[in-house]
Amino acid sequence: MRTLLLCVLVLAAPALADDADFEALRADLVDEVRIYAGYAGDDPFSDAVLGVIGRVERHKFVPMQQARYAYENRPLPIGHGQTISQPYIVALMTDLLEPEDTHVVLEVGTGSGYQAAVLAELVDHVYSIEIIEALATSAGKRLQSLGYDNVTTKLGDGYYGWEEHAPFDSIIVTAAASHVPPPLIEQLKPGGKMVIPVGGRFMTQLLLLLEKGDDGEIVTRQIGAVRFVPLTGEH
Amino acid sequence: MRRLLFATLLVSAAAIGYEILLMRVLSIVQWHHFAYMIISLALLGYGASGTFIAVLRSRLESRFETAFATSALLFSMAMLACFVAAQRVPFNALEIVWDSGQFLNLTVVYLVFFVPFFFAACCIGLAFTCRGGDASRIYFFDLFGAGLGAVLAIALLFIASPQTALVLLVLLPLAASGLVASMLASRLPLAGVQFTWLALLAFGIPQAHLDLRISEYKGLSQALQVIDSRILDQSSSPLGYITVVDSPTVPVRHAPGLSFNTRHIPPEQLAVFTDADGMSAITRYDGDPGSVAHLGDLTAALPFGLLEEPAVLILGAGTGSDVLMSLYHGASRVDAVELNPQMTELVAQRHADFAGRIYDDPRVTVHTDEARGFVSRNDDAYDLIQIGLLDSFGASGAGVQALNESYIYTVEALRAYLDDLGDGGLLAITRWIKMPPRDSVKLLATAIDALRQSGVSEPGQNIAMIRSWNTSTLLVKNGAFTSAEIERIREFARSRSFDTAYFPGMRAAEANRFNRLAEPYLHDAAVALLSDSSGNFLERYKFDVEPATDDRPYFFHFFRWQTLPEVMALRTAGGAGLIEWGYLVLVATLVQAAVLGLVLILLPLSLVRRTWPAGTGRNFGFYFLLLGLAFLFVEMAFIQKFTLFLSNPLYSVAVVLSGFLVFAGLGSAASERLARSLPWRGVSPVSVAVAAIAVLALVYVFILPAVFGRFIGLADPAKIAVSLALIAPLAFFMGMPFPLGLTRLSGLAAGFVPWAWGINGFASVVSAVLATLLAIEFGFNVVIVLALALYALAAWDEAVSRSR
Repeated sequence: MRTLLLCVLVLAAPALADDADFEALRADLVDEVRIYAGYAGDDPFSDAVLGVIGRVERHKFVPMQQARYAYENRPLPIGHGQTISQPYIVALMTDLLEPEDTHVVLEVGTGSGYQAAVLAELVDHVYSIEIIEALATSAGKRLQSLGYDNVTTKLGDGYYGWEEHAPFDSIIVTAAASHVPPPLIEQLKPGGKMVIPVGGRFMTQLLLLLEKGDDGEIVTRQIGAVRFVPLTGEH
Repeated sequence: MRRLLFATLLVSAAAIGYEILLMRVLSIVQWHHFAYMIISLALLGYGASGTFIAVLRSRLESRFETAFATSALLFSMAMLACFVAAQRVPFNALEIVWDSGQFLNLTVVYLVFFVPFFFAACCIGLAFTCRGGDASRIYFFDLFGAGLGAVLAIALLFIASPQTALVLLVLLPLAASGLVASMLASRLPLAGVQFTWLALLAFGIPQAHLDLRISEYKGLSQALQVIDSRILDQSSSPLGYITVVDSPTVPVRHAPGLSFNTRHIPPEQLAVFTDADGMSAITRYDGDPGSVAHLGDLTAALPFGLLEEPAVLILGAGTGSDVLMSLYHGASRVDAVELNPQMTELVAQRHADFAGRIYDDPRVTVHTDEARGFVSRNDDAYDLIQIGLLDSFGASGAGVQALNESYIYTVEALRAYLDDLGDGGLLAITRWIKMPPRDSVKLLATAIDALRQSGVSEPGQNIAMIRSWNTSTLLVKNGAFTSAEIERIREFARSRSFDTAYFPGMRAAEANRFNRLAEPYLHDAAVALLSDSSGNFLERYKFDVEPATDDRPYFFHFFRWQTLPEVMALRTAGGAGLIEWGYLVLVATLVQAAVLGLVLILLPLSLVRRTWPAGTGRNFGFYFLLLGLAFLFVEMAFIQKFTLFLSNPLYSVAVVLSGFLVFAGLGSAASERLARSLPWRGVSPVSVAVAAIAVLALVYVFILPAVFGRFIGLADPAKIAVSLALIAPLAFFMGMPFPLGLTRLSGLAAGFVPWAWGINGFASVVSAVLATLLAIEFGFNVVIVLALALYALAAWDEAVSRSR
């Protein structure tokens, strides 16, 4: 069924007006992501996170020519040398943050706005900063038109976080940098979590999960997107 | 005739020049490994043209001048048109895992670049075929032109942008076309096109068409997307395409592995990109050490925690970050070695005020030199030799450097560094950490091997390693670490939330505390590598982390075939980053070369009517196949080997390629004389040539390291002369088996000659890529030995076919 739908989409994507087709594809995607969750670890993704992956209309966050691939579990180019992450990675990052409906989240790197939209369905408010003007403008408009009133975006330097809305329950940095900006660590609440994907564009395979203890001590964990043991046999 | 000879020289020069230019351009717009693709392409063009001429020979012979002039003109036009067209193919190497359409795009790029080389080769092939009586003179001008083209391209790249160099090179075949057209009685239509093309070149090509279209996923493209960012400086040379970017609104802050506990934010920086990637940074420094206090909170600062006012040698000074770090920590003397003078100029002159004039500090001496060469000549003893991060994490992470030879991180290199340390001195090497670890484990293995080879019985006493979440710093001491030093390492790491990966006497429980990995990989690796079962560990590791050596200097190559099925199965589940793509692109290039070689060279040949006796194919086909494989094996291995000596892959390609061309040409010219003057009855001249090749190549395998060590400190022109002197005798004899076989074939079955060219061309196409793959797996010496086996097999085959 999915293949058939994809064929239809490929041939007639511009003419497609019925969101029901996309909804079916999204349901298939959720099933795929659910299976993939087993690759990273033993814990399945929370139903809330999977529910959101099944609700947020990813095809509205990618350029029109990419819409037909929107529900394939792969990253897609969104222009300006940027990508929208693979849905599985989005689900994994979101799940790692353990979002709650009272949480205030900071996102550094709005991109197309998809990750912000996913978070917005789960938390109280998302503040998102983008450094590329064209993306900031389009993502802001897109989120607004899709009714994500609890997302606030701005164009600017994410290095210093967003002081007036700090501290944050969690922070998600979507572009890997040479170091974790100290101001972001400062703006993270004690007990808060920060997630940073590591790896080149199209190739995220590792997430850095930074946890701030109640005493302010920082501990990180490197979460592989897949379980991969580098040694064969006994070790 | 003279005009034809000069025309041949011009076409040949342009072809080689274009090949070198494309290698440079592809390194900028894509990545380094496409260079290998280009060599293979050029040969494919040459092979296919031979077939084309064989098929249409009778029709082309009667219109030789027109055909030559037209081919030269088309070559000139295709050089530019294909340069523009190929950059418009939306090939994205990084997307290959997700989008199989990218393989199609890669094939299109390959085919587009094939076109100009095809027309160039048509010119040369036509000259040989239709003016065979002057073959030796044509051959000389062809080879001399090729040598000249290589030198010309390098010279042009020093003084002009790649685009300007291209336009100048395009004029050469146009001039060749004009020269040959002037021999025609009726030349009006052709002259019209030539003149129009010249006028277009002079006035009509909009600069925008020639702009380099850099992949939007390379660092420079990404940086320029940031609000208000702008290019401050751009310069180009064969050593690199350097771009300085200022981003006032979102300042660059490059501080790899900065501690989470730091209270110091790095100051504003200028981003510097080499070949549009590999970002490094010039840090603003106002003379107040407090403004760069973050430099104390990087893993790379570890050695300064153990040394007081050290004399420091920095290998790869780049944009001066390590110099600034040394000054910040109170170094008494800093010798900074940097290969690329453009890079030094940025810090010393163009942005000297921004950088706080650190290169004017009386403690600092900057040497424009290659690291290995400097170290081998140096007599001073340093307290610290520092090798910092010169590549960006992006490049490191995507596996795109897999094919870069790096003679900085080999066992021989580390031994040379240790020799330059005073008693108790430290070698410090900082690397990005990949997960699961690859670089850092290979570095540990390389350091342990270097220590063992230097006669250290317990290398575990001389090494220490710490890591942040994304960088590791390895210390190798000239002597055993003392307990006081170990305590300082512990404290340095603990206070900055860095993890200790290894130090003498470390307990397993001390690893993996702040930046927790699924397992304490680096500690486990260090313990395993220091144990008696290190071989077992290296074998069982899913990435290739065997120590890099000068014979196999692929430090960044981690690919293992055994791991491929597992990571391919995981690729869409987030495992794409586990795959070493650079290597797989090379394999894809090999497959393409083989398929396209069959389709474009061998398939059309089947259209040629068979006029040769039965058994010719068996007697000669194998011979020319073996020669094609063997010649390129030796040539490619030498290009790689001379990269260490000449300090730059591009110099190496230019010198080795032109050296082999010229001296093989001379050998070819002398082959008939050799055949006539052999004193031994019954001994084939091919066997004599092959024996000479075998002796020379084997001698080189043993003496080249010593010769390189002896002369590496010379100036570039002298090193080029030494290289050519070494290449000359070997290439001279390697030029003989082919024409000797061809002469014999002409007498027995002239109709098979195009097949001989075709088979040889096909083998060359495949061999160019295969040689690199074999070198990565087994080292250059194995490639050379394999080549000798192929030569020996060819000589045996020839002897057998003679006896039939």
